[in-house]
Amino acid sequence: MRSKAITCALVVLGLAGAAASDARAGDLVEFFVVGNGIPEYLSGQPGDPERGRAVAIQRKKGNCLACHKMPIPDQQYHGEVGPDLAGVGSRMPESELRLRIVNPKIANPATMMPAFYRVDGLHRVGKAFQGKTILTPQEVEDVVAYLKTLTDDT
Amino acid sequence: MRHLGTAFLGLAAAGLLAAAGAVAQDGSTAYGDIMNDPRIKDHIVGDKHSGFVYATLATRDMQEDDFENPAFTWVSLGEELWDKQDGAMGKSCAACHGAPESLRGVSVVYPKYRESTGGMAALEHIVNECRTERMGADPWKWESDQMLGMTAFVKLQSRGMPIDVSIDGPARPFFESGRDFFFQRRGQLDLACNMCHEDHPGDMIRADLLSYGMGNGFPTYRLKWQKLGSLHRRFAGCNKNIRAQPYARGSDEYTNLELFVMWRSNGLPSEAPAVRR
Ligand code: HEC
Ligand code: HEC
Ligand code: HEC
Repeated sequence: MRSKAITCALVVLGLAGAAASDARAGDLVEFFVVGNGIPEYLSGQPGDPERGRAVAIQRKKGNCLACHKMPIPDQQYHGEVGPDLAGVGSRMPESELRLRIVNPKIANPATMMPAFYRVDGLHRVGKAFQGKTILTPQEVEDVVAYLKTLTDDT
Repeated sequence: MRHLGTAFLGLAAAGLLAAAGAVAQDGSTAYGDIMNDPRIKDHIVGDKHSGFVYATLATRDMQEDDFENPAFTWVSLGEELWDKQDGAMGKSCAACHGAPESLRGVSVVYPKYRESTGGMAALEHIVNECRTERMGADPWKWESDQMLGMTAFVKLQSRGMPIDVSIDGPARPFFESGRDFFFQRRGQLDLACNMCHEDHPGDMIRADLLSYGMGNGFPTYRLKWQKLGSLHRRFAGCNKNIRAQPYARGSDEYTNLELFVMWRSNGLPSEAPAVRR
């Protein structure tokens, strides 16, 4: 973590406000954005990179491969919408990776990348998915742990 | 890029060239050599690209051969129904409209403003208006074989003619609501149509090569559906893929969206019934 991020004030995400309009939002675990990242484990414990890799592949879970090329040669189809994630573990610190997955719109409101841990501020969510996040806190951590393994020397 | 022909090179929009970055120097994509197929030049008009340009060589072959195109099973049904008496008034379509060729040029202006309802009408709405009000027959369901067959048959009469919908006068507010729909993020994945179909044509999204999401080939036979399907069915599919609540086929929302999508397609040849993966 970069020291300048730590000097930033702790910002509690507007979850309390969101909870007023959508009671289910209150079910989300609380997290803190510091600078460009979320420094603490969302699930209170580190993730498992093997499970994270599976989540990234699964179409009904992360489906990161829809938009990203990733160093997963056993998968036939890789997207070209976002950047290649090879080496991303060297490019980005863990806390920024976590914010990226939780809600990249906090850093870049115009991004096409979905927020994987968010339920508020969405329009016409399908019935089966209302009030639900795409990933659980543990799955977010698993993906973060996996991305951390994608360093330049792998 | 240099193999794509002058029409493609004529595209000044830097955004498009950037978006088409997935097309390699030699014109190949994950679908193979699709950009070097000389046939695509008939499906590019100015800065408009038909979905044909992003389709696989196999589906192009099927689309271009009426004997291979599975949609023609439905077209034959439409042709039969054209001459068939139905309803309390004992009329067939042909009884009033004569030979189907009389409908040449009709479908390319749809959706069209309809005075009687004060809203936009898609071709399906007009067919059902004729059935219920002029034949005394039951309306066909939007996605029924009969409706798909009839709309494919009617549109076939205009094959190759440029799409030419009007967004002027009374159509304007409906156009605007369709446009708003197109740019509205929706669903759990929080995506708008333009993010895929304006910002990333030519890029793979997992196993699919993104196109501009044009409407000039509908109804379209999709290998995935094993069936002919309406444009509204495609809209519902694109909504569900991003985990958004779809609208009903034939709803005002999808009809206005159709107007916007067809306006984007203006100038492209009518290709219905097209074939896609
Ligand atoms: C709908 C497309 C889409 C999906 C799905 C998606 N991303 Fe992204 N992602 C993007 C885009 C586009 C960017 C480029 C930066 C931006 O626009 O915010 C990006 C950027 C990133 C970055 C920053 C990379 C860098 O080098 O700056 C990371 C890390 C990332 N994505 C990880 C993931 C992971 C992990 C998943 C799956 C859990 C995922 N993405 C799913 C579209 C997507
Ligand atoms: C996540 C990306 C994505 C979004 C968002 C999306 N689509 Fe699509 N759409 C696709 C894919 C993938 C296909 C199949 C390949 C292609 O033709 O682009 C497709 C196909 C289509 C087609 C058929 C094109 C053809 O030539 O057969 C139309 C029309 C279309 N989309 C319209 C829309 C509309 C309207 C919206 C917004 C309501 C929308 N799409 C949102 C991904 C998307
Ligand atoms: C009783 C006579 C009658 C019958 C039967 C009939 N129609 Fe029509 N149809 C009309 C009239 C009248 C119009 C309106 C023409 C106009 O507004 O210019 C029309 C309009 C249409 C249009 C739009 C024409 C345009 O220029 O926009 C289509 C397409 C159409 N009919 C198809 C059908 C089909 C398909 C059937 C059979 C299922 C059918 N009609 C049966 C009388 C009939």
